[in-house]
Amino acid sequence: MWVQAEVFLQTLVSGLLLGGLYALIGIGMTLILGVMKIINLTHGQLMMVAMYLAFWLFTLFGIDPYLSLLIVPPLMFAFGMGIQKFLVNPVLRVESILPHNQVILTVGIGMVLQNLATLFFTSDYRSIPVGYASTVWYLTDLWRDSPVELSFSLPWVVSFMLAVVITLMLWFFLAKTDTGKSIRATAQDRDAAMLMGVHVGWMRVITFGLGSALVAAAGCLFIPIYYLFPALGSQFTLIAFVITILGGLGSTIGAILGGLLLGVFESMTATYVGMGWAPAGRFVVFVAALVFLPGGVASLLKRRKLGK
Amino acid sequence: MNKKYIPFILIGALLVLPQLGLSSYVLHILILALMWATAGMAWNLLGGYCGQVSFGHAAFFGMGAYCAGLLAHHYDITPWLGFLVSVPVVAALALVMGFIVLRLRGPYFVLATLAIGELLRIIAENLVDLTQGNLGVLIRRTWVDKDPYYYVILALALGTYFLIQRIMASRWGYYFVAIREDQDAAESLGINTTLYKTIALAISAVITGFTGAFYMNYMGYIDPQIVFSLGDISIVMIMVVMVGGVATPLGPWVGAVIMVILAEWIRSLPVIGTGYQTLFGILLIVIIIFLPNGLVGDLPKIKRFFKKEVPA
Repeated sequence: MWVQAEVFLQTLVSGLLLGGLYALIGIGMTLILGVMKIINLTHGQLMMVAMYLAFWLFTLFGIDPYLSLLIVPPLMFAFGMGIQKFLVNPVLRVESILPHNQVILTVGIGMVLQNLATLFFTSDYRSIPVGYASTVWYLTDLWRDSPVELSFSLPWVVSFMLAVVITLMLWFFLAKTDTGKSIRATAQDRDAAMLMGVHVGWMRVITFGLGSALVAAAGCLFIPIYYLFPALGSQFTLIAFVITILGGLGSTIGAILGGLLLGVFESMTATYVGMGWAPAGRFVVFVAALVFLPGGVASLLKRRKLGK
Repeated sequence: MNKKYIPFILIGALLVLPQLGLSSYVLHILILALMWATAGMAWNLLGGYCGQVSFGHAAFFGMGAYCAGLLAHHYDITPWLGFLVSVPVVAALALVMGFIVLRLRGPYFVLATLAIGELLRIIAENLVDLTQGNLGVLIRRTWVDKDPYYYVILALALGTYFLIQRIMASRWGYYFVAIREDQDAAESLGINTTLYKTIALAISAVITGFTGAFYMNYMGYIDPQIVFSLGDISIVMIMVVMVGGVATPLGPWVGAVIMVILAEWIRSLPVIGTGYQTLFGILLIVIIIFLPNGLVGDLPKIKRFFKKEVPA
């Protein structure tokens, strides 16, 4: 009985820790989606690039991946702004039959990034051998009489905490600063924002940069606990959009909840169904969200608010 | 010369082509080009005419291929029967998908198609008893010679071409274009948009399944990483249409020839060969920025560009 509870709680804890990082990935995606109304299908590839940056910073200069949080996201911010300014914006101006050209464009960018990474870094699996990778805390160390034993891996906990801090900083930025308010205004109603004097084109560029920086931060947080290979990007792109759908398109709070839900669900499938099926579990969530809750978690929150 | 004879001359040329003593490598490239043209036309029906961009046609391609391969593998039935079996299987998948996703607006369809391709790959990798997982399925090819395969795929390509022309000239075709141009207006005129989008998806899926079944028969070997691949099947299908021309009848043919030749040529280069996906990606980006309607669709634009340069 206690053993089963222990397994369940442990799965829940690792799911939540994973979910915190997923949330960070999802927020970046949902920001871009909200402001530009396009799906960024190169999101995971951007994370892969950020992870390689962190990897090389560690290998060449011995910079700890958590320290590279100060270096890599700004670089990726500039990179994302470049993509938006020089590739996506020109496409927005061109007239074409298909409305989804920008989406196909992001797929093209993703292909290039992934293939270049394979060419330059080979498709070997890599990881950063940080000293604290296997440090673990136990619940009984903190609370001697605890009936269940839970373990907390140090890098997972640190990554989760940092993800929470970054999310709070983002919330502050979006809620309190002028630029943040302009971004939200652009997401709500592009034309109205333009009439109020918001430079919409510039907001797009900043948003794409911001989304890239967020996913880059997630990459830095992932690298002490995960391994790295060029094809990893597409996997995380899929994760990002499952979170976005689950949370509700364009909703930041939805993305946080969606990320946590998906993290828990994935670690439950891995424990109770089998490791190989964890990715399939992702799609079960996705299809279930599409059928039963097309507006995502955000629509539930909204309904509650309107009910009052 | 009268313009109306041109199609017959072209078809005649395609019919006699293998009799000219071409090397088997050239014939292989022709077969691949015809296969991609067929797949491209199928994608074009849904993506180009009906405006529903799919990133997961590998799902239907792979289903068709596995239908053919598993019959031959488990029951020793001729893999050509896969063409028949794939119809209900692929259509059922398309209908379920359509009724779940196509009733929603926005990016859901794009995301769902991406997901379905990946999901089927994971299933095919994990259901080892049925599909042999990553080992793949190996069957004996019916003919050693390439000529018969050429005629099979030529018939399939021409059949698809005329079928799609027929559909686009019918009431359905106008419905599809109306949905692409303005879904609200289409709905207000009494078109059941969900139903017609699903019909377009189902037809497109079944044809794609046929190309998958043909691939199995022709290549003799498949594995989940090949036939359910996002980069090598789904995206190539999109590229064939984007390069050739979205929503043009001949676009996929032009695109397929260009893409197959380009792929073969780049892969044969010594160093750059491994980077063919980079070059494809760059090509895709360039096409989208400068020729968003493809070579055939933007032909007037290209002509204008060259006319401006030549006189002076």
